[in-house]
Amino acid sequence: MQKTSNVYSDEKLYKKLLEDKNITIEDALENEMVINMGPQHPATHGVLRLVLRLDGETIVKAIPELGYLHRGYEKMAENMSFVEFIPHTDRLDYTATMCNNVAYVLAVEKLAGIEAPKRAQYIRMIMAELSRIAGHLIAIGTFAMDVGAITMVMWTFRERERIQEIFDRVAGARFTTSYTRIGGVASDVDDEAFKMIKNFLDTFEPALKEMDDLMLHNRIFIERLEGIGILTKEDAIALGVTGPNLRATGVEYDVRRANPYLFYNEMDFKIPIYTEGDCLARYFLRGDEVRESVKILYQCLDKLPQGEVMANDPKKVLPHKTEIYSRMEELIHDFMIINKGINPPVGDSYFSVENPKGELGFYIVSNGEGQPWKMKIRSPSFCNLQTLPLVCKGQMISDVIAIIGSLDPVMGEADK
Amino acid sequence: MDTKELIINSVQEKFSKAVEEISDFRNDLSITIAKDKLLDATKFLKEDSNLQFVMCKDVTAIDWATRKNRFTTVYHIYSFKLNFTLRLKVNIEENPPVVESVVSVWASAEWYERETFDMYGIEFLNHPDLRRMYMPEGFEYHPLRKDFPLLGIPGSMPLPEKME
Repeated sequence: MQKTSNVYSDEKLYKKLLEDKNITIEDALENEMVINMGPQHPATHGVLRLVLRLDGETIVKAIPELGYLHRGYEKMAENMSFVEFIPHTDRLDYTATMCNNVAYVLAVEKLAGIEAPKRAQYIRMIMAELSRIAGHLIAIGTFAMDVGAITMVMWTFRERERIQEIFDRVAGARFTTSYTRIGGVASDVDDEAFKMIKNFLDTFEPALKEMDDLMLHNRIFIERLEGIGILTKEDAIALGVTGPNLRATGVEYDVRRANPYLFYNEMDFKIPIYTEGDCLARYFLRGDEVRESVKILYQCLDKLPQGEVMANDPKKVLPHKTEIYSRMEELIHDFMIINKGINPPVGDSYFSVENPKGELGFYIVSNGEGQPWKMKIRSPSFCNLQTLPLVCKGQMISDVIAIIGSLDPVMGEADK
Repeated sequence: MDTKELIINSVQEKFSKAVEEISDFRNDLSITIAKDKLLDATKFLKEDSNLQFVMCKDVTAIDWATRKNRFTTVYHIYSFKLNFTLRLKVNIEENPPVVESVVSVWASAEWYERETFDMYGIEFLNHPDLRRMYMPEGFEYHPLRKDFPLLGIPGSMPLPEKME
């Protein structure tokens, strides 16, 4: 207590007051100011912290601080089997959980040399696209909310809720789905769920139009975002931006088209492109991508084949629960896979998919054991956030919120 | 000519002595380059008009724990022209774990290298801002090294000091 009373002793306080007396408003505005934004700021989409240096209201420099949600998933992955890590992928980009599940199992399947049955791959595609719609709806809704259009978030969450209900029916969980398995998916999709998906798609189009009418006839919204936070093509490529943020600058790069996985090469869809690279372009692009996803979903439902949903590869793929309880061979395999792991060959492989936020890649190094020797998660949000200092520079402080909203980082993924 | 052949031929032609290993596992082409030639090789891969690897997708490292060259840094680079992702590897020894930074070639490597420094303690020479990415500033260890225990080291996290 002695220390604190020294600092605020009467004499010093008096001196301090005398100093403050002479400061005018002009002095205060002439000086550069450093302010701290986050990590508990509602508009930073999680726990992103920004340190901003301001000249008046203009940003001179912005420095992002990451790591407030760092859980060390890469370390954990080295200490658990490949199967055990599937639930953890839900917690990466928690707005589009199914996309992460699909990405991870595809990466492991590439390394271990497993191929899932056709029906399972179509189901994965359906779930990934539904999840992409859900992720984009959150991105659009929260972005509009950040810049003041509160109605939008209610409407997008209403639609997203229906996707969550489909996931609940299919995977048994609305949010933490963990639906995919190495070599297939956990369970087949029943007719009731397909009816829900069809019903959702048929009514989603009018709902999208309704949202568009709300936002695109809104002059305040358009003028607030037009020309704000411009990212050029060259900068975007140099800084490793992927996903909608890259396509909004005019680069036609989509992993689904560049290196098709699952059955995306058989699907007919466009890759929307905008050349402006500002916040508004990023907003429009997400809306367009949702429409393309709806198109892909209709085609998937048409083409969906019948058959198994788990590959028949007893040494690497978990058998069904009913078989474990009734058959000796399956029981042994289940025991070996759970306790020893699937033991992919020695080597390393990189596999990436197109997630709502960008390119999600898994680089896995195997030394022939049940646990990965190393796993690196190339998370799109982390790479996209790297542009923040560049994009924010010279903008107004109120635009930082719009820029973060339009770049759409998810901290669960950026911090891993 | 096949894309892979094109890349292998042009790299071998230019850096025949520096190429330590070329592997093609699961359709992923991976080239190991000698440590002192890394910067030259990356510049060549980016600027050669036939290759144009303009985007660096990822930089990370592997801790081999028992090998003589304990660490391997791994770069994933992408060429829009060839539509190809190439993996570059550089083996580096344990003491000191130092490698040239590639930020001057690919700006995106800045944060990836910071992350690698944070997790593995590999020092990147000529990096503009080599700070920790995730862990707090006062943290002494590098968590993704194999000798760092999964449960962490008690007392290693700096906590606010008690008021007297």
